[in-house]
Amino acid sequence: MAKQVSPRGPVELLTTDREKVTADWIDTVAGSLQGRISRAEVDRELRELYGALVEGLREGGDDTRGESLSEARALLTELSRNRARQGFTPSETAISVLALKQALEPALRNDSADDTTAYLRLARVLDDLALFTVEAYTRTREEIISSQAAQLMELSTPVVKLWNGVIAVPLVGTLDSARTQVVMEKLLQALVDTGSEQAIIDITGVPAVDTQVAQHLLKTVVAARLMGAECTVSGIRPQIAQTIVALGIEFGDIITKATLADALQHALRASGVDLVAHQGVGR
Amino acid sequence: MTVPWAAEAPPQTQPITQNDDVVRSRQQVRALAQECRLSLVEQTKFITAASELARNTLVYGGGGEMRAGLVERHGRRGVAAVFADSGPGIPDTELALTDGWTSGGGLGLGLSGARRLVDDFVLDTEVERGTTVTIVKWAR
Repeated sequence: MAKQVSPRGPVELLTTDREKVTADWIDTVAGSLQGRISRAEVDRELRELYGALVEGLREGGDDTRGESLSEARALLTELSRNRARQGFTPSETAISVLALKQALEPALRNDSADDTTAYLRLARVLDDLALFTVEAYTRTREEIISSQAAQLMELSTPVVKLWNGVIAVPLVGTLDSARTQVVMEKLLQALVDTGSEQAIIDITGVPAVDTQVAQHLLKTVVAARLMGAECTVSGIRPQIAQTIVALGIEFGDIITKATLADALQHALRASGVDLVAHQGVGR
Repeated sequence: MTVPWAAEAPPQTQPITQNDDVVRSRQQVRALAQECRLSLVEQTKFITAASELARNTLVYGGGGEMRAGLVERHGRRGVAAVFADSGPGIPDTELALTDGWTSGGGLGLGLSGARRLVDDFVLDTEVERGTTVTIVKWAR
């Protein structure tokens, strides 16, 4: 349609100096990505996109959400997804489209009114498509974030049985109020379910023990005690011990151990299990 | 207190407006402490102090920001963090720095404990204006 109405529409503007325009475009985009994607790949992506764009414009004009540009949109979705996964910023993604405007600027130098009109029409299409890439980019990032959040929840706080009557919770990561609540509930429930009288909370995987973490730990231990279980805190590394002392946190009569092994030995002894090494077996 | 920020790296600002930001400030401070080559014990102490103060900024100051970076004085290198809020301020700093005293529901050791965990500790507060706490740990 564009072809008959105006002798130099967006399509002609794009295709007149085809090689020069695409080369400039690819140069700008490859430059902005600073070698984190190979030039050959940018070249392939953009040439495909260029083809789809020219085809789409030739068939159906300027409707960026219409049927004719659906292939260009599909290519852009693919491109945005890849950029989002590879950790590029939204700007670095949108520039893949916007740089084409820059590459077309030399065509305006001859001051033709037709060219200017065509450029403005095309610019509007390209702006729309750039917004579309940002949308696709954001959607992908949101998918990544929600899948990571789901994975994190799976990671959190299993209660494991170490021996008859001895259970342990290995804590990993940051202990905030919400997670402590989950840990406490799981631990107390496990005490009931397994009929255990010894519980070990291992904090080897907790990077920093500040007053809030300590307070949460103390509460959990007190709750376990109320249910008649003895609770040991293990995994106190040297730097954590020194920090706790400097902070002035009192663990009172709560039993603490350096390693999970020490805590297990203590728990076994307390529940009346003797560990005996066979004669002649040990070295 | 004017902080002698190291010339080559300007301090980074981290807003503290929600719980996740406490974790983020801790990670930022951890990276700096490692870059400054503090020993593991000193890293842990500094990170814990930063964690306390970030949480105070959030809980008692109603949110604010942390600026953290490397510092340099007389050829010695260190890490510094400045926690600033424009909350209610602290009416009685001596009381606030007493072990076991809390206006909230904590253990009452955060502020006083943080002071013991670092080398330099400057508390600057004005009622109704806000509170700024500066901490520095120097590399040995």
